[in-house]
Amino acid sequence: MCFFPQVIPSISSLSWFTTVVPLVLVLFVTAAKDAIDDINRHRSDKKVNNRKVQVLINGELRSDKWMDVQVGDIIKLENNQFVTADLLLLSSSEPLNLVYIETAELDGETNLKVKQALTVTGDMGDSVTALAAFNGEVRCEPPNNRLDRFAGTLSFSGQKYSLDNEKILLRGCTLRNTEWCFGLVIFGGQETKLMQNCGKTTFKRTSIDRLMNELVLCIFGFLAIMCAILAIGNYIWELQEGSKFTVFLPREEGVNAAFSSFLTFWSYVIILNTVVPISLYVSVEIIRLGNSFFIEWDRKMYHARTDTPAEARTTTLNEELGQIKYIFSDKTGTLTQNIMTFNKCTINGKSYGDVMDHTGQTLEITADMDSVDFSFNPLADPKFQFHDHSLVEAVKLENPEVHAFFRLLALCHTVMAEEKKEGDLHYQAQSPDEGALVTAARNFGFVFRSRTPETVTIVEMGVQRVYQLLAILDFDNVRKRMSVIVRSPEGKLCLYCKGADTILYERLHQSCKKLMDVTTEHLNEFAGEGLRTLALAYKDLDEAYFTEWKQRHHEASTALEDREERLDKLYEEIEKDLMLLGATAIEDKLQDGVAETIEQLAKADIKIWVLTGDKQETAENIGYSCNMLREEMNEVFIVAANSPESVREELRKARTTMKPGAEEDMYVSKRILGNSPKIVPDEVINGEYGLVINGHSLAYALEASMEVEFLRTACMCKTVICCRVTPLQKAQVVELVKRYKKAVTLAIGDGANDVSMIKAAHIGVGISGQEGMQAVLASDYSFAQFRFLQRLLLVHGRWSYLRMCKFLRYFFYKNFTFTFVHFWYAFFCGFSAQTVYDEWFITLFNLVYTALPVLGMSLFDQDVSDSWSFEFPQLYVPGQLNLYFSKTAFVKCALHSCYCSLVLFFIPYGAMYDTVRYDGKDVADYQSFALLTQTCLVIAVCIQLGLDMSYWTVVTHVFVWGSLTMYFVVTFTMYSNGMYLIFTASFPFIGSARNTLNQPNMWLTILLTSILCVLPVLTHRFLVIQLKPTINDRVRLKVLQAKAAPPPPSKRTRMRRTSTRRSGYAFSHAQGYGDLVTSRRYLHRPVKPRSGGFTPTGRSLGFSPTGRSAGYSPTERNQNPKQEVEATSLQMYRTRDMAF
Amino acid sequence: MKKQTETLNRPDNTAFTQQRLPAWQPMLSAGIVIPGFVVIGLAFIGIGVALFVTSQNIQVLERDYTGVEQNSDNDCSRCLNRTNCVCAVQFNLAKQLEGPVFFYYGLSNYFQNHRKYGVSRDDYQLSGDTYYFENPEDDCIPYQYDSRNRPIVPCGSKANSLFNDTFRLYRLVGGQKKQVPFDGKGIAWWTDYNLKYRNPTLVDGSLAKAFNGTVKPVNWPKPVYELDTSDSSNNGFLNQDFLVWMRRAALPGFRKLYRRISEGEYADGLPTGNYSLEINYNYPVHGFDGRKKVFFSNVSWMGGKNQFLGIAYLVVGSLCIVMSLVMLIVYAKYRFPDEDS
Repeated sequence: MCFFPQVIPSISSLSWFTTVVPLVLVLFVTAAKDAIDDINRHRSDKKVNNRKVQVLINGELRSDKWMDVQVGDIIKLENNQFVTADLLLLSSSEPLNLVYIETAELDGETNLKVKQALTVTGDMGDSVTALAAFNGEVRCEPPNNRLDRFAGTLSFSGQKYSLDNEKILLRGCTLRNTEWCFGLVIFGGQETKLMQNCGKTTFKRTSIDRLMNELVLCIFGFLAIMCAILAIGNYIWELQEGSKFTVFLPREEGVNAAFSSFLTFWSYVIILNTVVPISLYVSVEIIRLGNSFFIEWDRKMYHARTDTPAEARTTTLNEELGQIKYIFSDKTGTLTQNIMTFNKCTINGKSYGDVMDHTGQTLEITADMDSVDFSFNPLADPKFQFHDHSLVEAVKLENPEVHAFFRLLALCHTVMAEEKKEGDLHYQAQSPDEGALVTAARNFGFVFRSRTPETVTIVEMGVQRVYQLLAILDFDNVRKRMSVIVRSPEGKLCLYCKGADTILYERLHQSCKKLMDVTTEHLNEFAGEGLRTLALAYKDLDEAYFTEWKQRHHEASTALEDREERLDKLYEEIEKDLMLLGATAIEDKLQDGVAETIEQLAKADIKIWVLTGDKQETAENIGYSCNMLREEMNEVFIVAANSPESVREELRKARTTMKPGAEEDMYVSKRILGNSPKIVPDEVINGEYGLVINGHSLAYALEASMEVEFLRTACMCKTVICCRVTPLQKAQVVELVKRYKKAVTLAIGDGANDVSMIKAAHIGVGISGQEGMQAVLASDYSFAQFRFLQRLLLVHGRWSYLRMCKFLRYFFYKNFTFTFVHFWYAFFCGFSAQTVYDEWFITLFNLVYTALPVLGMSLFDQDVSDSWSFEFPQLYVPGQLNLYFSKTAFVKCALHSCYCSLVLFFIPYGAMYDTVRYDGKDVADYQSFALLTQTCLVIAVCIQLGLDMSYWTVVTHVFVWGSLTMYFVVTFTMYSNGMYLIFTASFPFIGSARNTLNQPNMWLTILLTSILCVLPVLTHRFLVIQLKPTINDRVRLKVLQAKAAPPPPSKRTRMRRTSTRRSGYAFSHAQGYGDLVTSRRYLHRPVKPRSGGFTPTGRSLGFSPTGRSAGYSPTERNQNPKQEVEATSLQMYRTRDMAF
Repeated sequence: MKKQTETLNRPDNTAFTQQRLPAWQPMLSAGIVIPGFVVIGLAFIGIGVALFVTSQNIQVLERDYTGVEQNSDNDCSRCLNRTNCVCAVQFNLAKQLEGPVFFYYGLSNYFQNHRKYGVSRDDYQLSGDTYYFENPEDDCIPYQYDSRNRPIVPCGSKANSLFNDTFRLYRLVGGQKKQVPFDGKGIAWWTDYNLKYRNPTLVDGSLAKAFNGTVKPVNWPKPVYELDTSDSSNNGFLNQDFLVWMRRAALPGFRKLYRRISEGEYADGLPTGNYSLEINYNYPVHGFDGRKKVFFSNVSWMGGKNQFLGIAYLVVGSLCIVMSLVMLIVYAKYRFPDEDS
């Protein structure tokens, strides 16, 4: 920009190279960096694009890349493969053309879902010829982002079939328990529902970037003002002095005072353009790049188990990591590991699971602790770990209650078993919780082996027994319990029930009163540790009563009216007077260190919102177990309403509870009426509150008329948990906060369902090292564990922000100081655009003499070490408040520079005025003056840098001292004889270094100038530290006092809460599989007849409890799956008939 | 082997990558800052006193001979608007001016530091490159070619404006004028004389022939090769007065070394008595309100007389002491309470 006027001779106050050299360098570095970024991005895109999938081409299956898959292709998927595109399911390996898929990537739910192909396409099976010949026509809705809905028709051989969501496999799902399936690509690439949900990819810029741009504009204005002042000065000078001085300095032809001042304006634009920092942008990029490397190199963010280092995928957002105010986190896979473990239990009033040392103290369970040896049981799952030996001893001693306890666990569930080889059991549970319970029973000697619709086969302490399964009373959110009625091989009828303790306790027999109290105590203990608990109970049934009940049940289940109610009543009736057995405690395993991380982040005043697609109970439970929701909280509001009015009412009620009397609806409505969204200020409240809102309410809360209401309420709460939210809603929540809060947001997630919020937030973080790649690909940073987030923010983010701010402040200071000296000199050289410094100095100042020290500072500076950063998370707060670099800070920089430039000009001026060398020769010449001033400048800015830098490593030492040495070496070289002899006109400063710098008064001037430049800064800083120390200063002082480098990592004791809160029936699935289990369609492997004497009774054939599938959960995807269930039931019978 | 593949992506554990480089972490604690200020203050006061005293001891005799004001000690006002006029400045030395004495001329309101003035020269010419004798740089305009399009050597405003007053100093002893010898050797920078400026190679042993085809600068009475015909080593571009002039001043008021007085009986300085400085008044400065001065001065280790530096050191040093007191008071009384104590 300044290069252009520089080639016009009449205004060219500087040689062309002074601007071109830096400019070329800057452009070169920027181009190189962008190229590297692009290459990296392409590489990771390629990874996904080049995944292989089998495509049916010309009648044969060929392996092809994902990116070559097109709409209309038929592709074959195998077990555990990702679904490539949105597919119409054609056929599968399983009976009835079912496939099982996991949608965790898509919605965070971990239970398996069933999809079923049309019979007409399913009949093709895996016949490649049939599939190749398939020529149906699909008409469907245009691509959209609704995950739970699909509408279309398939025309095939003259028939029309309607297509709905049940027949569609969405990209992002994973095929499970299905050997293979074929699908027709309906939407591919960007048109898939997953990608439609991903939100727009926006180019992210940091707030500092925006501020910088604003400042640069201001600087341009400032430059124009300075040049205008000097141009006016030139006009006056030309009138008063120049016109007379023409004796010795004649004017060029046609140049009068006015024209001269016009030319001067442009000349000064050239000279003073160094206030507009060309190299600022490139330096900023370099610093960010360097800090990104530090993130990637950090071993403490490297996860050894998955061999995943942290990755900074974007290198332009680092300092924003130090300013995060809101974190939006996914739950499944991010906070939790998605692994359930059977941790503790209480049986007949005795608690198992804790490991005690000899003094009776409970020990912390660690990975290296020896676990119980299950070798007595050949069918045990080797991965299962349990540390309390007393339980297995109780089993071996044949304690009847313990046996009953595990028998219940082995019988009362809907898990499917798969035994590929003898003894190699695999359980397929609908929810990980159930799997964990059945696995626990398996290891303790009650192995669930197989099931048929009518029987359950278990191996009890090595003895195989077949129980007749007479009924499954499935669970749902209202019942919060599940029961089975079985007949033991001995013919005893028994009802086994497991469920939420609150529910179960109401149905216990009075004789259990004492046991209840003990168990309650244990349950409280378990809940206090954040475990999910289930109470277990049984009841022996009377044969006659059951037969009668069975009859009524049959009637009820076939009734056309009030079926639900009638069934409910029946269930209630039989599930009473139960005998309590005990309770289980399952840990929804959090990722390592989640609770500590959240605690740390909370201390850093970062608000964490959990946005999950999962159930409310599960989410709430996790909220408690990772300490986001606490028992001590004044109140946890739960918003689960079904109409906009009631949602608004609940939100308002919550707010008035938190802040009574402060009902300022005027303020809110005014805000809504205003066109431009304004910033909603933070409201201070007393006490801690939590808010849990479900997706349905959230949909209303996010409407334009209510969003501010929602935001205000939510922001008052310490913790916000949104459950059952869709990917798009996640993004909407993020956008909402972004819009109304002047705060930096971060979204962290692992699955495809988090992509939209990752993209929407200022910073997106992906959890890597797991199967899915979507979140990582969309993210700006990725690492393997949630706990690394605290290091990313509290250490790397904070340092990056600090470094960037220090850099900017110093950079502006340096350039302004450098430039302002010209301004002062103008008043003494007739406003002739004479530079103070040598042209070479101007060229090299930013590039060579001062570039490295400031880079060194902004790459390596640390105020306090990482362990101290963790010790004082409060250090993070200044970043959130933008304290280190703002417009005010910028103005301060400018004033500081102004002072320094005055010192830098007038001290040499005074010292040089009329003086001579000690041998009487001239020294007040222009070249000596230039040399003196530039030396003062280099040294003064160096000292200032030293003051700013708080962490002098070897590298920074080398940079600082190296640059100073470099200055003198380069100066002496450029002013040497040789250079002049070779390039006569380019180096006219020959000899000035030698002739000037051997004068003692020159060095005294340099000393005075540099000291005078920093004295006020020193004084000011010292006084600020004494009078109004920032948190930073205080911590640094503490570190200084502690002297020791890192504080010993404080031993965190596991937080135990005495909690009365019971996690209840917090299964990760909403509704049971009961109907599937008892219907035959789930069983794809023919049941081998086992022990002799067992004959499957056909009695329960007609007994197929219809699931209580509809109407209890408003956001349940399968709003009404009943029709399908019934339809398939019909088909089931047909197939079975055919099979027989 | 297996271990290696497992940790393939593990970052290196070096102090550099882990940002654990040992570092010096200075902090502005009271224990450093306050004593630091005191030390700096005391040192500066010391330096200041030394500088001030030294500067005070330097003797300077200064006379303005522009002739704008009527002055009893000189008759230069008559030359104000004339050239080639001789006038004299009378002065009396009450105290001996310790030697070696340097004689300077000074100009003020003279913008040698104007950019256009500064660039108006040709370094190649001045380094004796004869190609540029015929083709002077465009920067020299309007002193590039004369009216008949002959190249000017040395070209440009800078050379053209060469100071051309000349001085002779007489000591008045018993009514007799006794000339004080001037020493004009080595008054320019060594580098200028030996490296930067070079005469063209002699043609037929004659410097004048080397300048064939060029003309003298407009203002000059004689061409550059006749600046000092008596001493070939002081002639042409290597003329010391020319070199001194060509080293342009940084500020609009400046003084330049004219001669040294260091020979014979004046080696110890100028003795007391009456003196008359005879001036060949040629250089017009009246037109732009300039002033012409002469200075007789001796020097010290810190150069010529300059009070500024000494005073500045004293002021800054005292400020440091005052600030250290203020800081001490703040530290002792108003410090922010430590949260621990």
